[in-house]
Amino acid sequence: MSSLTDTTARSAETGAIRVTRSRRNVAWTGIVALVVVVVLAMFPYIVYSGTTTLLTQAFIVLVMASMWNLLAGYAGLVSVGQQGFVGLGAYGVLICSIHGISPFLATPIAAIAAGVLAVPLWWLVSRLRTGYFAIATWVLATVIMLVIEKFNSIGGGTGMPLGSIAGFDPTLLTADTYWSALAVTVVALGGVYLVLRSRLGLTLTAIRDNEVAARSSGVRVGMARMLVFIIAAIGTGAAGAVLAIDQLQVQPSGVFDVGWTAKMAFAVIIGGLGTIEGPIIGTAVYMILQQTLQSYNAWYLIILGLVAMGIALFARRGLWGLVDDRFNLRLFPVGYYLWAPGETRRGRFGRPGRPGRPGRTGRTGRTGRKPAEPETPAPGDPSTPASRE
Amino acid sequence: MAWVNAIIQGVLTGGLYALFACGLSLLFGVMKVINLAHGDLAVVGAYIAIGVIAVTHIPAVWSFVIVVPIMAVLGYALQRTLIQAALNRSELTTLLVTFGLSVVIENALLQFWSANSHSIGAGSSLVTGSWQISSQIQIAYLLVIVFVLAVVVLLGLQYFLSGSKYGRLIRAVADDPEAAQLSGADYRHVFGVAAAIAFGTVALGGIAYGAYSQFAPTTGTDTILLFAFAAVVIGGIGSLWGTLVGGIVLGVAQQIGAQINISDELLAGFIVFLVVLVVRPQGLVSRGSAA
Repeated sequence: MSSLTDTTARSAETGAIRVTRSRRNVAWTGIVALVVVVVLAMFPYIVYSGTTTLLTQAFIVLVMASMWNLLAGYAGLVSVGQQGFVGLGAYGVLICSIHGISPFLATPIAAIAAGVLAVPLWWLVSRLRTGYFAIATWVLATVIMLVIEKFNSIGGGTGMPLGSIAGFDPTLLTADTYWSALAVTVVALGGVYLVLRSRLGLTLTAIRDNEVAARSSGVRVGMARMLVFIIAAIGTGAAGAVLAIDQLQVQPSGVFDVGWTAKMAFAVIIGGLGTIEGPIIGTAVYMILQQTLQSYNAWYLIILGLVAMGIALFARRGLWGLVDDRFNLRLFPVGYYLWAPGETRRGRFGRPGRPGRPGRTGRTGRTGRKPAEPETPAPGDPSTPASRE
Repeated sequence: MAWVNAIIQGVLTGGLYALFACGLSLLFGVMKVINLAHGDLAVVGAYIAIGVIAVTHIPAVWSFVIVVPIMAVLGYALQRTLIQAALNRSELTTLLVTFGLSVVIENALLQFWSANSHSIGAGSSLVTGSWQISSQIQIAYLLVIVFVLAVVVLLGLQYFLSGSKYGRLIRAVADDPEAAQLSGADYRHVFGVAAAIAFGTVALGGIAYGAYSQFAPTTGTDTILLFAFAAVVIGGIGSLWGTLVGGIVLGVAQQIGAQINISDELLAGFIVFLVVLVVRPQGLVSRGSAA
């Protein structure tokens, strides 16, 4: 996996510069990922159904979080209306179910339908930025719910159960639901990984690091944002479809709950905004807190919210950022790493130089990570506002 | 006659929405902050009012005398600590932090006050009484009071920002905090004062809503925040006049929607919002007098 796309040196003065996908050899992560997926796929045969049910819920949150991370972490689009796509996915399955299509076959159909509907919705909100985008997407989600509630044939304001699922054996249904959740998760995470390695990913990383600079270098920011909005709609719609299968019914107030966006946002912020690994860690933290505090009603959301606020303020790169700072580890190599002349993996392990700088004389240690992100300026950076409270 | 009634009621409830929107508009105008916890803070104001009325036994209508200062102090404190800390980092952080705050407040209210609805001053004739104009037109005292209050607050604030010395200072800081700092103004304190004013109006909006209708912890996000935002966008971002107009347009649209079909009240309001967003994104009252 460590694609050695070596490039030749620009000048003799600096010597040979190599560019690789990762600072360390991460071929093993591909193998580990494969093993993990195979083991997870065998879970219905080896663990109790309680575990697979729990994992199904975790997968739903993980897919949503990964999509929200793509929006907020890379494209700079903080959407508070992703529950609109959760609902569209769920209703897609319900409508297919009414027409006699198996809910498992309906999941991709519902996901794509959510993606298609995202195009006109994007047109409505595309000219809004930051906070206005956030609330406008929220209004859109509410409008989608109000419109759907007008159709009594799909349950109106109260919702209805999935009819096509009635004949299933309960054990088999739990396993099938789990497998579809796993499949959606693998496709979603794999999709995010491939998107970020593609040209679009490069564009998104450029936007994430500095939007103005990206725009002035000819990056088509608007187009990239639209694509991300649509991809996130497809992924979130798929998660909503699995949610409908998992709950065996669709209720408008349940699937269009802004709480879904809260959960995905908290998982991303806690795990680490703008990394693929972040949502995975964040979802694990979310599930652990939810399971430990489930007998205390709303407390887990209060604690999650407080933790997320703290992390947004004091550890902007989240838990994964802390791991990355410490071990220089990236499980999903999506960026590029520029090796200084003479720099070797072994020799500079854990203390990389700044990209493009001679390693040994440059700053080392914790600040010497990827190209500096504008959100986390180094102390003393002249562009930082004078004080921090 | 039913339509005339719908329009009258719409204009009057529009005053309530403008009152909601006032704080949101002000915070955005001065600090470029969209406070996603806006609606929840209004609900907090309403819950504080219930507590104040229960403890002091003052008439419900006068509860604002105590609640507004409490919320203003809370606003100043929140601005100087949490919001300013987020602002120092980035716009994205501010959004994430206020969204987190919104979820935390809503769930804390659910945890401590349950999901049951409450209302303020159900026993007061000022809150429940109305004028009977004709067989179909009935005007509630409360809505008229709230409408007048909204007009006074919005126009007063507009005058304060454009005419008074401190208002000019707030606008200077809003334009360029660092330049204002160089001229001797402590921009953090000025931001705090602006937040205190905004939270004061948020408290008024919360109490007015609590008297107008029942409220529960979720009212803050699914009603107040979205209506306030719709009013701000319909009227035009950054104009307090526009916010008043936007609130009235939203109110009238909702009442006309309800007249067509009782379940279409919310949808009609949001459709007008979306139409404005597409056809006239700068809002009905275009940027004349910026806050």
